[in-house]
Amino acid sequence: MDALDVARWQFGVTTVYHFLFVPLTIGLSVLVAILQTLWHRTGNERYLKLTKFYGKLFLINFAMGVVTGIVQEFQFGMNWSDYSRFVGDIFGAPLAIEALVAFFLESTFIGLWIFGWDRLPKRAHLASIWAAAIGTNLSAYFILAANSFMQNPVGYRVNPDTGRAELTDFVAVLTNKVALITFPHTLAGSFLVAGSLVAAVGLWHVIRHRDSADTGAYRFATKFGSWVVLVASAAVLFTGDIQGKIMTDVQPMKMAAAEGLYTTESPASFSVLTVGSLDGSREVFAIKIPYLLSYLGTGDPNGTVHGINDLQAQYATQYGAGSYTPIIPVTYWSFRFMIAFGMAAAAIALLVLWSQRKGRTPTSKWLLRAGLAMPVLPLLANSFGWIFTEMGRQPWIVFGEMLTRNGVSRSVSLAEVLTSFTAFTLIYATLAVIEVKLLLRYARAGVPDVSETPPSDDTDDADRPLAFAY
Amino acid sequence: MDLTTIWFLLIAVLFTGYFILEGFDFGVGMLLPVLGRDDRERRVLINTIGPVWDGNEVWLITAGGAMFAAFPEWYATLFSGFYLPLLLILLALIARGVAFEYRHKRPEVSWKRRWDAAIVIGSLLPAFLWGVAFANILRGVPLDAEHEYVGGLFDLLHPYALLGGATTLALFLTHGAVFIALKTAGDIRERAGALAVRLCVGAAVLAVGFLAWTLSIRSSTAAVVLAVGAALALLGGLAAARVRREGWAFTGTAVAIGLAVATLFAALFPNVLPSTLDAAGTLTATNAASTPYTLKIMTWVAVIFTPVVLAYQGWTYWVFRKRIGVANIPQH
Repeated sequence: MDALDVARWQFGVTTVYHFLFVPLTIGLSVLVAILQTLWHRTGNERYLKLTKFYGKLFLINFAMGVVTGIVQEFQFGMNWSDYSRFVGDIFGAPLAIEALVAFFLESTFIGLWIFGWDRLPKRAHLASIWAAAIGTNLSAYFILAANSFMQNPVGYRVNPDTGRAELTDFVAVLTNKVALITFPHTLAGSFLVAGSLVAAVGLWHVIRHRDSADTGAYRFATKFGSWVVLVASAAVLFTGDIQGKIMTDVQPMKMAAAEGLYTTESPASFSVLTVGSLDGSREVFAIKIPYLLSYLGTGDPNGTVHGINDLQAQYATQYGAGSYTPIIPVTYWSFRFMIAFGMAAAAIALLVLWSQRKGRTPTSKWLLRAGLAMPVLPLLANSFGWIFTEMGRQPWIVFGEMLTRNGVSRSVSLAEVLTSFTAFTLIYATLAVIEVKLLLRYARAGVPDVSETPPSDDTDDADRPLAFAY
Repeated sequence: MDLTTIWFLLIAVLFTGYFILEGFDFGVGMLLPVLGRDDRERRVLINTIGPVWDGNEVWLITAGGAMFAAFPEWYATLFSGFYLPLLLILLALIARGVAFEYRHKRPEVSWKRRWDAAIVIGSLLPAFLWGVAFANILRGVPLDAEHEYVGGLFDLLHPYALLGGATTLALFLTHGAVFIALKTAGDIRERAGALAVRLCVGAAVLAVGFLAWTLSIRSSTAAVVLAVGAALALLGGLAAARVRREGWAFTGTAVAIGLAVATLFAALFPNVLPSTLDAAGTLTATNAASTPYTLKIMTWVAVIFTPVVLAYQGWTYWVFRKRIGVANIPQH
């Protein structure tokens, strides 16, 4: 074990952890904004209750996303300083723009929304949650553009004097075809998580508190969340399909690694299950669907999909001797888990909708259990998706330009990075337990009583209690 | 003025803004057990910064991102070199941020006590460590010819840096007390006002000592003028605090912190991170900078969006301009 391994583990752990909170923040900010808009449009108290209820769950989650996000920005410089030196001219700009354009918007208007219930005019308050939601969704674009440069570097040249990558075309970086498709795919994945949470919490109350006065609100939430899941899963499939074709084009090794495809095939079949040899160089056993991989990768059922061994030989000629193959079991299984967990959530959403058809009230314990698994499944799908996309790029940190092992900080010792990895793991684990317990507590508590909502206009009584105070 | 100088100034502005804004957040956090005698008083204190602390912290994220974009070598050397202090700052900011949001989410006293501790420690550590970090940036650190940090943790903990830490700590405490006096009503306001005067005397002594030491290490005419300005602003703040002119007192501490940070940047220029070993290792605004093309794009982005951000962030402070007191805190 050396500093490089620990730095990689730290990046993996802190990033996957951060991205447990991000999808909920992205999706739930918009769903809460929609609920509040419904309240404005209809005046129906049910939507106000749901806005406040899911708003609280949103905020519990939001805080974690914010604080774990700072680590992400600092980590590039701390553990990956040679990477930062190499790409700073290109990679830093989207990060800075993300902060200036998106994070300020998000954090300022979240503050206005939390504390503004009785201090802002109703319309301005509604606009605040929309501004925060827009900021959140916008931030995803800039960070994904930065990540896409690592997958498919564009709009740059390497300066032969300094050995650094230099920006030549910023528009090309922002319109990287990988970024343009990863952005909607990530948003769709985020709405899958948010819709699942809204539906699952609603369903729990529908089944457990059948006689509650708020059953109508919960029924609405369950259906609303389920429909979001269905639409989002369709969008995930659609964007994922395009993404697969782009990946086959710009990162053929990643596609081959996703499939455990060792030799080039035309037409190529999709692997349902492949067992490889222990050294990962050939397959031992496989169940396959003919033509499907060719179609997924190229859009043509007879298209050529390059195999791992051929690509390895090609890269060794192109970049010099060495291994250019990711860890196949990791890419192969994370790719499958991503798809399976995501689609399982969609299947449950369908069941949930079916159980409530024509005003029926679901009672099944099994449905309740499946429903409670619902938010966890797309979260896992998101995690595996990122594990796949980042591990599938290995051994590169910037595809074709810089190896991961050359990006690590030279001045940071093993002891230092171990200290940092241990500290983050401990504090993150502790906070995870606290966060999940709080979420469950507030999810169980149900929608709040909104009858005492103070008037929204500015009253003169300086001593009245304030809403939503910490 | 060339682009690298503009970006040196912008980074200075971002950190100045960060320390002025999060400075009082840190102060409020540290004073939580001092000025908040019971739970409702502590809630008053936290709620004075409740709507704004998150937006204030984005100044740091923007400063970090801007440093990465405009001066990648500076960012890379600084963040990998100041590894353990930055790690502590990150852990502190994590615990503190979550604490604000979670503290009131359960009624148990033990629960609140723990989050209160997280707020105090999470405010105290960065308030001290940022001073240590910036003193080291100014004084210089051991860098080899490839700009890699070659020192250890204890190379960062010399007396000048510790004085820097004590100075930011004292300044932020004072700034926080003045802010509380400005934003609260009733008993807390009185106590905060009285405490601010005492804290301000200590902060002034430390700040004058630290700035004088700074100017003896490196100096320029601009740095001297700014340092004198900082000292005068702090004395003005002290005078205003004594007669309980809270708005002026806050202006005084805010300007003092701003000018003190500006002094450091002015003394540093054109270096961004001097090397105490090989002079070739010194990072300057020129050799640490991105290409002119990147800087030009970033300049456009900054010119367009910074006024917008300042406008809506300023508006937030206007919306939440009223003083709050114990009576505003709901019973549950």
